[in-house]
Amino acid sequence: MRDTPLSNCERLFLLKAIEAKKRLDGRQTYDYRNIKITFGTDYGCCSVELGKTRVLCQVSCELVPPKDSRPTEGIMFFNLELSPMASPAFEPNRQSELLVTLNRQLERCLRNSKCIDTESLCVVSGEKVWQIRVDVHVLNQDGNLMDAASIAAISALSHFRRPDVAIQGQDVTVVSPETAEKRPRLFICISYLLVDPCEREERVKDGLLVIAMNKHREICSIQSSGGIMLLKDQVLRCSKIASVKVSEITELINKALENDRKIRKEGGKFGFAESMPKERITTLKRDDAPVEMTDVKETASDIVNRTETTTEVVPSPVLVAMGTAQVGEGIVNSWALDEDEEDEPQTEDRKTGTVSDVCFCAVE
Amino acid sequence: MTELDQSCSVLREYGSEQSLLSKPDGSSTFVQGDTSILAGVYGPAEVKVSKEIYDRATVEVLIQPKMGLPGVRERTREQCVRETCKAALLLTLHPRSSVTVILQVIHDDGSLLSCCLNAACMALMDAGLPMSHLFCSVTCAISKEGQIIIDPTARQEKVRRTALLTFAIESVECNVLMSSTTGSFSVQELQQCIAISQKASEQIFQFYRDSVKRRYSKIK
Repeated sequence: MRDTPLSNCERLFLLKAIEAKKRLDGRQTYDYRNIKITFGTDYGCCSVELGKTRVLCQVSCELVPPKDSRPTEGIMFFNLELSPMASPAFEPNRQSELLVTLNRQLERCLRNSKCIDTESLCVVSGEKVWQIRVDVHVLNQDGNLMDAASIAAISALSHFRRPDVAIQGQDVTVVSPETAEKRPRLFICISYLLVDPCEREERVKDGLLVIAMNKHREICSIQSSGGIMLLKDQVLRCSKIASVKVSEITELINKALENDRKIRKEGGKFGFAESMPKERITTLKRDDAPVEMTDVKETASDIVNRTETTTEVVPSPVLVAMGTAQVGEGIVNSWALDEDEEDEPQTEDRKTGTVSDVCFCAVE
Repeated sequence: MTELDQSCSVLREYGSEQSLLSKPDGSSTFVQGDTSILAGVYGPAEVKVSKEIYDRATVEVLIQPKMGLPGVRERTREQCVRETCKAALLLTLHPRSSVTVILQVIHDDGSLLSCCLNAACMALMDAGLPMSHLFCSVTCAISKEGQIIIDPTARQEKVRRTALLTFAIESVECNVLMSSTTGSFSVQELQQCIAISQKASEQIFQFYRDSVKRRYSKIK
């Protein structure tokens, strides 16, 4: 499906508005949209809503043999998928440029920054290491997928609990997840020129500057695309704004993690089911409902007795000669019809018995 | 003879939210206990020439698992959902178009196919696509002692030698639209499960009615 194209008057309007420092939804030039982070029932599952952009991330792990070149390091695997739900323009199994860019940027940000110590993922050197798999699904595209994806990935990694491993000689047994915590340094990507563009604004853009930074003001990666010429002080200004935003977002993530930890410790209900807002008019929840089963047995037996069982007629085999048996009589061969046969009345030839299987078996 | 214990015939706590995504024409989440599915519907929309049908709409269903790439298991579920949707939608009203249903597994705690079907129906309602009847789905599990459990959790499903039966039931006459089963069971047990599912579906249809009533309650 193709996405609706942006009309010329819309484009002109957006550009004029940005020049006048006004944005489509009334934000300031450097304002972020509302970020909402929720965690799921199992560890490592996180859903992020950046305005209307929605992203789901799941972290899972598996014991695998390590790469030959690095026998003492674990493996990290990133996979970002643009779900066809997110936009009519996204088709399943299509390697679009956007997908490749997002994947590469996410991988660079998380892998090269060494936010997870891969040495700690090693279980038995040269034989078994943990492979951490991060799956990011984009559920709704309303601009700024990069930021949403990186926030989701980092939150999910922080939330994830790796199962503990007990090693006895050669045997490795995996114990259910404990509080084995990994504290990755939080790196977040901030997209630029106009902070956090929404989908319409993204379509009008000429270029994109993505800065990945952590709260200690260390830059992990900068990527500029679109061929725009940036002045040195513009880049410096962007990085200053990025540091402010990153500290805000890091605090938000930490708060969300704290809340989740508290709820789990207190034994309260957690997960996506609980985080569904109840006051909205578009949501409805129903408690456990028992089902009336008083006359189920009667209706069921009634139906079973009413249906007649078909009598199956199975022809018994007839021994024709030593090593050859025949089951049934078979139908008339209709492949090679001779011309004489066509003159004769058809009905006599076509009469067959009720059984129609011929089975010849050679018995040793 | 199978026992019908009242304590096992409880539908888990369920809930749904509609219109939560801005891009798809219709969207909904359906939550059954801890199992949660997000559905998005696009339609009627443009269809590729290779897939178009001259007198009706083409229905496509995509199920995306949370981890890894979709495999054969997802394809069989997609087939079940697609056949049910094709039976319910009035496809001849939109020839040469496509109706795409995308389902994302948010959490799987048992009764996954049922939750997918329920979420799909709510999303189709939200998108406003014309349907001849609504559908809902119930899963039953028959334990090896012969006990029938409705809406099983993942733990109950995984018990050895448990048969799992999923039925899609339509709203007008409570007929069975689709059935998907694994494991062995007798004819008697099958009919009992169908009867139980029909009873349970009445509650789910009432839930659909209530959520739509609530949604449009503010409109005078």
